[in-house]
Amino acid sequence: MYILLSIGVMALVTYLIRVLPLTLFKRKVKSPFIRSFLYYVPYAVLGGMTFPHIFYSTQNTLYATIGTVVALLLGYFERGLTTVALVSVLAVYLCHILL
Amino acid sequence: MKKQNQVSFKKGLKLGVPIGIGYFSVSFAFGMMAVSSGLSPALAVLISMTNLTSAGQFAGLQVMTSGGSYVEMALTMLMINARYFLMSLSLSQKVSKKLSSLQRALMSFCVTDEIFAVASMESGDVTGWYWAGLMSMPYLGWSGGTLAGALVSGILPASLQDALGIALYGMFIAIIIPAAKHSKAIVMTLAIAVTASCILYYIPSFDCISSGFAVIIVTVISAGLMAYIAPIKEEKDEEEETCISC
Repeated sequence: MYILLSIGVMALVTYLIRVLPLTLFKRKVKSPFIRSFLYYVPYAVLGGMTFPHIFYSTQNTLYATIGTVVALLLGYFERGLTTVALVSVLAVYLCHILL
Repeated sequence: MKKQNQVSFKKGLKLGVPIGIGYFSVSFAFGMMAVSSGLSPALAVLISMTNLTSAGQFAGLQVMTSGGSYVEMALTMLMINARYFLMSLSLSQKVSKKLSSLQRALMSFCVTDEIFAVASMESGDVTGWYWAGLMSMPYLGWSGGTLAGALVSGILPASLQDALGIALYGMFIAIIIPAAKHSKAIVMTLAIAVTASCILYYIPSFDCISSGFAVIIVTVISAGLMAYIAPIKEEKDEEEETCISC
């Protein structure tokens, strides 16, 4: 029972955080500052979440760095999301096998 | 299903594939960990199906198995998952105006870092069908991975499982680098965010800040600073240009 209720609390809090802004802010925000802020949010989130954590995403930092360079190169040539994700995994896997 | 809806659904579905693959590997680890800390596979899957959040679930598992109170659980979730508030707020400006409150409420269940990231890059409005397609593979990957991890550990060779750890980050790079190529303002946003993130990560005095909260700090600082120095021009051309590049 304790576990089930805990899971319920977990799910409820997580859902409330997600549902409130989406249902309450229906109109377009007018303030240029807030609009600009929201425009930059995705890039700020992704930049901050990717670095430096990507270097520690696999057990070996060198392998992860090689995977990062591969992803950066493919990203620069604007390859699709799946391609970049899988090829960087492949690069790390090959490092495990070959190095 | 109307033709247009079908196209949106398929488009979303396809974009969700890399997220689904990445999620499978992360939730596989979660499933293994949940079972090894004494939960049944069914409960592990229940957590994944009702929460759909990585860091939050690992932390929640910890609270649960150490017998933490419900208040402690609620506060832990609030701290770690508060970043979703910013993402949902950003999405509220991006979703199609035609959506009803109920539809918005259903959509918000699947606001995760990765789904948010992909949906934000959509050039037009985010529609319900697009979102439904986009969330399908991640949801399947997340719950399926948990089940697989809970039932059988060691299906995947350890080296491959380790290599999969980079998948979601690789996907993030595939999103930010092309965007950065076309906008100096985005390059600056990324530079500020990465610097702030590294400071929080490497300077020992900031060790007490949880990773979820670190994301909020980094986001507020970098998006706030950029909104101040390079406010975007009005609605029509916001996607293309910002004042810094004119």
